[in-house]
Amino acid sequence: MTITLNHFSAAAVFALFASIVFGITHRETTRDMVRYGLYCFAMFLGGVLVAGWAMWVLRR
Amino acid sequence: MANSTTEKTRVGAAQPASMMAVLAPAVGWLIPGAGHMIQKRWIRGLLLFISITTLFLLGLAMQGRIYKANGGDILDILGFVGDVGSGGLYILTLALDWGQGAIAFATADYGTKFMIVAGLLNFIAVADAYHIAIGKKR
Repeated sequence: MTITLNHFSAAAVFALFASIVFGITHRETTRDMVRYGLYCFAMFLGGVLVAGWAMWVLRR
Repeated sequence: MANSTTEKTRVGAAQPASMMAVLAPAVGWLIPGAGHMIQKRWIRGLLLFISITTLFLLGLAMQGRIYKANGGDILDILGFVGDVGSGGLYILTLALDWGQGAIAFATADYGTKFMIVAGLLNFIAVADAYHIAIGKKR
Protein backbone atom coordinates (compact mmCIF):
# COMPACT_ATOMS: atom_id res chain seq x y z
CA MET A 1 0.00 0.00 0.00
CA THR A 2 1.34 3.40 -0.92
CA ILE A 3 0.13 6.67 0.52
CA THR A 4 0.99 9.98 -1.07
CA LEU A 5 0.47 13.00 1.13
CA ASN A 6 0.99 16.55 -0.04
CA HIS A 7 3.35 18.80 1.89
CA PHE A 8 0.70 20.41 4.09
CA SER A 9 -1.17 17.21 4.97
CA ALA A 10 2.14 15.51 5.82
CA ALA A 11 2.99 18.43 8.13
CA ALA A 12 -0.49 18.34 9.68
CA VAL A 13 -0.32 14.58 10.37
CA PHE A 14 3.17 14.97 11.82
CA ALA A 15 2.01 17.88 14.01
CA LEU A 16 -1.00 15.95 15.28
CA PHE A 17 0.85 12.85 16.44
CA ALA A 18 3.93 14.66 17.74
CA SER A 19 1.69 17.02 19.74
CA ILE A 20 -0.19 14.10 21.33
CA VAL A 21 3.08 12.53 22.49
CA PHE A 22 4.49 15.89 23.68
CA GLY A 23 1.29 16.65 25.60
CA ILE A 24 1.25 13.30 27.38
CA THR A 25 4.94 13.17 28.22
CA HIS A 26 5.65 16.80 29.14
CA ARG A 27 2.82 17.57 31.57
CA GLU A 28 1.42 16.08 34.79
CA THR A 29 -2.34 16.56 34.80
CA THR A 30 -4.86 15.68 32.10
CA ARG A 31 -5.94 19.28 31.70
CA ASP A 32 -2.34 20.47 31.28
CA MET A 33 -1.64 17.63 28.83
CA VAL A 34 -4.55 18.67 26.60
CA ARG A 35 -3.60 22.34 26.76
CA TYR A 36 0.06 21.69 26.02
CA GLY A 37 -0.83 19.29 23.19
CA LEU A 38 -3.06 21.93 21.60
CA TYR A 39 -0.34 24.55 22.09
CA CYS A 40 2.25 22.33 20.37
CA PHE A 41 -0.15 21.57 17.52
CA ALA A 42 -0.85 25.27 16.99
CA MET A 43 2.88 26.07 17.08
CA PHE A 44 3.71 23.30 14.59
CA LEU A 45 1.04 24.35 12.12
CA GLY A 46 1.67 28.06 12.74
CA GLY A 47 5.36 27.47 12.06
CA VAL A 48 4.53 25.68 8.81
CA LEU A 49 2.28 28.53 7.66
CA VAL A 50 4.78 31.23 8.63
CA ALA A 51 7.64 29.38 6.93
CA GLY A 52 5.48 28.81 3.85
CA TRP A 53 4.58 32.49 3.54
CA ALA A 54 8.20 33.50 4.24
CA MET A 55 9.38 31.31 1.37
CA TRP A 56 6.65 32.75 -0.88
CA VAL A 57 7.85 36.29 -0.06
CA LEU A 58 11.51 35.38 -0.62
CA ARG A 59 10.69 33.76 -3.95
CA ARG A 60 9.13 36.97 -5.35
CA MET B 1 17.00 23.86 55.85
CA ALA B 2 19.99 22.64 53.86
CA ASN B 3 20.19 19.51 56.02
CA SER B 4 16.59 18.51 55.31
CA THR B 5 17.19 18.86 51.58
CA THR B 6 20.30 16.71 51.81
CA GLU B 7 18.39 14.07 53.79
CA LYS B 8 15.60 13.99 51.21
CA THR B 9 18.17 13.48 48.48
CA ARG B 10 19.79 10.66 50.43
CA VAL B 11 16.44 8.96 51.10
CA GLY B 12 15.57 9.22 47.41
CA ALA B 13 18.91 7.81 46.35
CA ALA B 14 18.73 4.96 48.86
CA GLN B 15 15.45 3.57 47.46
CA PRO B 16 16.12 0.38 45.52
CA ALA B 17 15.13 0.39 41.87
CA SER B 18 11.82 -1.43 41.60
CA MET B 19 11.18 -4.12 39.05
CA MET B 20 8.77 -1.78 37.29
CA ALA B 21 11.54 0.80 36.76
CA VAL B 22 13.27 -1.74 34.52
CA LEU B 23 10.23 -3.47 33.06
CA ALA B 24 8.23 -0.39 32.02
CA PRO B 25 10.94 1.18 29.82
CA ALA B 26 11.82 -2.19 28.26
CA VAL B 27 8.22 -3.06 27.42
CA GLY B 28 7.56 0.53 26.36
CA TRP B 29 10.46 0.41 23.92
CA LEU B 30 9.31 -2.90 22.45
CA ILE B 31 5.65 -1.87 22.10
CA PRO B 32 5.03 1.90 22.07
CA GLY B 33 2.74 2.89 24.95
CA ALA B 34 2.94 -0.50 26.67
CA GLY B 35 5.19 0.95 29.39
CA HIS B 36 2.29 3.16 30.41
CA MET B 37 -0.31 0.43 30.05
CA ILE B 38 1.43 -1.98 32.44
CA GLN B 39 1.33 0.83 34.99
CA LYS B 40 -2.42 1.18 34.44
CA ARG B 41 -2.19 4.43 32.50
CA TRP B 42 -4.49 2.93 29.87
CA ILE B 43 -5.59 6.03 27.98
CA ARG B 44 -2.12 7.57 27.87
CA GLY B 45 -0.65 4.25 26.74
CA LEU B 46 -3.29 3.80 24.05
CA LEU B 47 -2.80 7.33 22.71
CA LEU B 48 0.97 6.85 22.63
CA PHE B 49 0.56 3.52 20.88
CA ILE B 50 -1.78 4.96 18.25
CA SER B 51 0.34 8.08 17.66
CA ILE B 52 3.75 6.40 17.40
CA THR B 53 2.55 3.33 15.49
CA THR B 54 0.50 5.37 13.01
CA LEU B 55 3.41 7.73 12.38
CA PHE B 56 5.73 4.78 11.76
CA LEU B 57 3.28 2.92 9.50
CA LEU B 58 2.50 6.08 7.56
CA GLY B 59 6.23 6.48 7.00
CA LEU B 60 6.39 2.95 5.63
CA ALA B 61 3.33 3.52 3.44
CA MET B 62 4.94 6.67 2.04
CA GLN B 63 7.83 4.49 0.79
CA GLY B 64 10.19 5.73 3.48
CA ARG B 65 13.52 4.02 3.96
CA ILE B 66 14.55 2.19 7.12
CA TYR B 67 18.14 2.53 8.33
CA LYS B 68 20.13 -0.52 9.31
CA ALA B 69 23.04 -0.64 11.76
CA ASN B 70 25.96 0.99 10.03
CA GLY B 71 29.30 2.59 10.69
CA GLY B 72 29.33 4.96 7.78
CA ASP B 73 27.96 8.44 7.31
CA ILE B 74 27.01 10.27 10.52
CA LEU B 75 23.52 11.01 9.18
CA ASP B 76 22.99 7.30 8.48
CA ILE B 77 24.09 6.47 12.02
CA LEU B 78 21.69 9.07 13.45
CA GLY B 79 18.95 7.72 11.21
CA PHE B 80 19.55 4.27 12.63
CA VAL B 81 19.45 5.59 16.20
CA GLY B 82 16.11 7.27 15.47
CA ASP B 83 14.64 4.21 13.77
CA VAL B 84 15.73 1.78 16.47
CA GLY B 85 13.68 3.77 19.02
CA SER B 86 10.55 2.23 17.54
CA GLY B 87 11.58 -1.11 19.08
CA GLY B 88 9.27 -3.88 17.97
CA LEU B 89 8.10 -1.97 14.92
CA TYR B 90 11.69 -1.59 13.76
CA ILE B 91 12.48 -5.27 14.37
CA LEU B 92 9.31 -6.33 12.53
CA THR B 93 10.07 -4.05 9.60
CA LEU B 94 13.57 -5.48 9.24
CA ALA B 95 12.29 -9.03 9.60
CA LEU B 96 9.69 -8.53 6.86
CA ASP B 97 12.21 -6.68 4.68
CA TRP B 98 10.02 -3.60 4.41
CA GLY B 99 11.23 -0.04 4.08
CA GLN B 100 13.80 -0.81 1.39
CA GLY B 101 12.47 1.57 -1.26
CA ALA B 102 14.78 4.02 -2.97
CA ILE B 103 13.79 7.58 -2.09
CA ALA B 104 12.68 8.89 -5.48
CA PHE B 105 10.25 11.64 -4.50
CA ALA B 106 9.71 14.19 -1.72
CA THR B 107 7.00 12.33 0.19
CA ALA B 108 9.21 9.23 0.38
CA ASP B 109 11.77 11.38 2.17
CA TYR B 110 8.99 12.56 4.49
CA GLY B 111 8.21 8.89 5.11
CA THR B 112 11.80 8.27 6.17
CA LYS B 113 11.60 11.22 8.55
CA PHE B 114 8.24 10.02 9.91
CA MET B 115 9.82 6.71 10.91
CA ILE B 116 12.82 8.38 12.53
CA VAL B 117 10.59 10.77 14.48
CA ALA B 118 8.32 7.89 15.55
CA GLY B 119 11.38 6.24 17.09
CA LEU B 120 12.50 9.45 18.79
CA LEU B 121 9.01 10.04 20.17
CA ASN B 122 9.05 6.50 21.52
CA PHE B 123 12.30 7.29 23.37
CA ILE B 124 10.47 10.19 25.05
CA ALA B 125 7.54 7.88 25.89
CA VAL B 126 9.99 5.33 27.36
CA ALA B 127 11.57 8.04 29.56
CA ASP B 128 8.09 9.08 30.68
CA ALA B 129 7.19 5.47 31.57
CA TYR B 130 10.38 5.29 33.63
CA HIS B 131 9.55 8.52 35.45
CA ILE B 132 6.12 7.14 36.33
CA ALA B 133 7.71 3.89 37.55
CA ILE B 134 10.11 5.65 39.91
CA GLY B 135 7.38 7.97 41.20
CA LYS B 136 8.77 11.16 39.69
CA LYS B 137 5.56 11.63 37.72
CA ARG B 138 1.98 10.60 38.49
